[in-house]
Amino acid sequence: MEQLTRYLFEHFSDRVWPRMAEHIMISGVSLLIALVIALPLGLALSRLQRFATPVLVLLGIVYTIPSFALFAFLVPFTGIGVRPAIIALVSYALVVLVRNTMVAFNSVDPAVKEAARGMGMSRIQILWRIEIPLALPIIVAGMRIAALSTIGLTTIAAWIGAGGMGQLLRDGMNDPTYSKLYAGIISIGAIAVVSDIIFRTISRLVSVPTGRRATQHAVLTTMEIKEA
Amino acid sequence: METTETLSTGSGTEERQHSITHRPSPTPAIAFEHVFKRFPSATQAAVDDVSLDVAEGDLVVLLGPSGCGKTTLLKMVNRLYEHDSGRVLIEGKEIRSFQINDLRRRIGYVIQSVGLFPHMTVAKNIATVPDMIGWDKARISSRTDELLDLVGLQPEEYRNRYPAQLSGGQQQRVGLARAMAADPTIMLMDEPFAAIDNITRRRLQDELIRIQSKVRKTILFVTHDVDEAIRLADKIAVMRAGKVLQYDTPLHILSAPADEFVADLTGSGDVLRRLSLLNIDLAMLPIQVAPANNYPTVRSGESLRDALNLLLGEASDVLSVVDEQGRPVGTIDMAAIRRMVHGE
Amino acid sequence: MDTLRQAWEYALNSNNDFLDAVWAHLRLSGVALLIAVAIGVPLGIWISRYGGAGQVLVNVLGILRVVPSVAVLFLLLPSQGTGFRPSAIALTFLAVPPLLINTDAGMRAVDKSVLEAGRGLGMSAWRLLWRVQMPLALPVVLAGLRIATVEVIASATLATLIGGGGLGDFIQAGLALSRNYILLVGAIPVALMALVAEIGLSYVQRVAGRQSRA
Repeated sequence: MEQLTRYLFEHFSDRVWPRMAEHIMISGVSLLIALVIALPLGLALSRLQRFATPVLVLLGIVYTIPSFALFAFLVPFTGIGVRPAIIALVSYALVVLVRNTMVAFNSVDPAVKEAARGMGMSRIQILWRIEIPLALPIIVAGMRIAALSTIGLTTIAAWIGAGGMGQLLRDGMNDPTYSKLYAGIISIGAIAVVSDIIFRTISRLVSVPTGRRATQHAVLTTMEIKEA
Repeated sequence: METTETLSTGSGTEERQHSITHRPSPTPAIAFEHVFKRFPSATQAAVDDVSLDVAEGDLVVLLGPSGCGKTTLLKMVNRLYEHDSGRVLIEGKEIRSFQINDLRRRIGYVIQSVGLFPHMTVAKNIATVPDMIGWDKARISSRTDELLDLVGLQPEEYRNRYPAQLSGGQQQRVGLARAMAADPTIMLMDEPFAAIDNITRRRLQDELIRIQSKVRKTILFVTHDVDEAIRLADKIAVMRAGKVLQYDTPLHILSAPADEFVADLTGSGDVLRRLSLLNIDLAMLPIQVAPANNYPTVRSGESLRDALNLLLGEASDVLSVVDEQGRPVGTIDMAAIRRMVHGE
Repeated sequence: MDTLRQAWEYALNSNNDFLDAVWAHLRLSGVALLIAVAIGVPLGIWISRYGGAGQVLVNVLGILRVVPSVAVLFLLLPSQGTGFRPSAIALTFLAVPPLLINTDAGMRAVDKSVLEAGRGLGMSAWRLLWRVQMPLALPVVLAGLRIATVEVIASATLATLIGGGGLGDFIQAGLALSRNYILLVGAIPVALMALVAEIGLSYVQRVAGRQSRA
């Protein structure tokens, strides 16, 4: 065991951390871009139901394409490196975020909205004070799934030259002690677990108080993590 | 129940002139003038040429089967629905002359599904409108406690609860408090108790009667429940297919239904039959102070139906009950008969 | 378009390399799925009945799904080496959780009164399972199968990274040789396979759903 983790500890700052930083950067930028697109798009689709199905079907097709294949489709257009990685990762994250944002806004009780309207709240007030706080738990649940998917898929992007933790796996394959490989695997797991903890914490913070703990879990499992 | 006296009197033009508690008010709190509404996809009008005046301080019930247009009519007051033609006025002013959200903030609104904001505490829910119209914190907080008291919820216990921690009946109490928060003169209540079990509903109706006796709001109240209408209403507007068939006091409607539909809907035949079997003495208030004034008189031992006919015919609020020798022994009023209608 | 034509020609002229890769991909996915079904479904049924420790397992698997599939693939490298076997094992690991979790959820969602009625009619436990519970749980189990299948087909693309073969070989070769058309020889069929699996199994799932409700 000590043998296996030696690389992780001895070379954390000079070999592991730079890869980790790349990894977090690629995942983080992809998630941010996806979020900026998905929040308004999901909100718009919840209001314009006619367009919801075609958009979701399109996104669903993209989501089904294996990531290694999608990277391969992009390389002829963009070359290798970070660009095709981010484009593919944004596409995948969009699916989850748009769907959850739409579901989140649709799930706000119409009676609550009617009461707000009847009390004289403006559209903007209803959006900010009522709809967004009530939609937030489901949106954050989507962010959690999107983040976990993105972090995993970023690893694969190393094979199209994007760097990140996958690079350690590539390099570590031929190292007979496998300590580099384990450093990579452990670090990827760590990033995923930390991200999961962060988003679970956020989702607790934004959850609508009910006096009892329920329904949260059901919401979290509605969307599958994209594994590959 | 000292209040039901006034409840039963604020009504019908002839009764109104004799009313002790109400001066006739020149401008109705809510007025519909030839209001017409048809939804885009519908072939039939939802509300068809309705004209109706709601006097200030009255609780008017819109009663009718589902799809009769009662809810549509109600929602046109705070412009959740827009009328196609005609005019809707509150306190003499065309509702479209207000800025829409100002109009809504001036009108209390209670709905069947309550619609409490699940992410806000009871206090925050109640504070919604006062907060929007810029009341200061101290005023909002004292108003919140006052309202919780009024609707029968202990402020210390309920102020910081979330809606999910309340029973259905408690939620609707908070809904009522929230609607009254900024002290609107007009309240719209859309089947507020329809989703609540019988026993709780009955209790909430009593609460509403009690609260109304204190605050005297002008209330437009939609229901399909005849008993509820008779219990609560100063006046009932019976609706069918977008039209108002009859607009009168509950007892008038029971004793003289405008047509067969109204008679069937209200079951007035049964009510009258029951009243004709009951003795006046059952509902009579024994005389406390000596001589009754010049009220119309009715003989002890006659039926409540006789008393009702006399009350309606003489357009008086109170009858003097006399014995065989013509000596006054008690009084009987509308409220007392209404209690008997409910078998209380 | 030119790249597409080149890819087509490459696939045709690769002797049997292309067909071999397709076959390897299908075989890898199929073996992993079969084993996963054989493990996940019975285990799911068992857990749905005897809760307790089993529910803990379901939760643990849920948490483990956080670990990316590439990491799982490489985790076996030191002990199992490279090739078909470690790839198949890793893919099996990936496919079990959705099957197990959905079987458990589907079984537990079966209305208790239906089971009671069945017992009341004198059905044996075995008969109850096959005639009542399984048909009612089937749509949810099939959803698990769909998720697992699409995931395995996609993850099998990565098997090439640990020498497991399949269509990923062409993608890796295309990247190594900087030949775009070779990339497409791997990417297009694997994307089609995933889409066909997704659409086909969604359809089966819907049909089963309609029947179990009828």
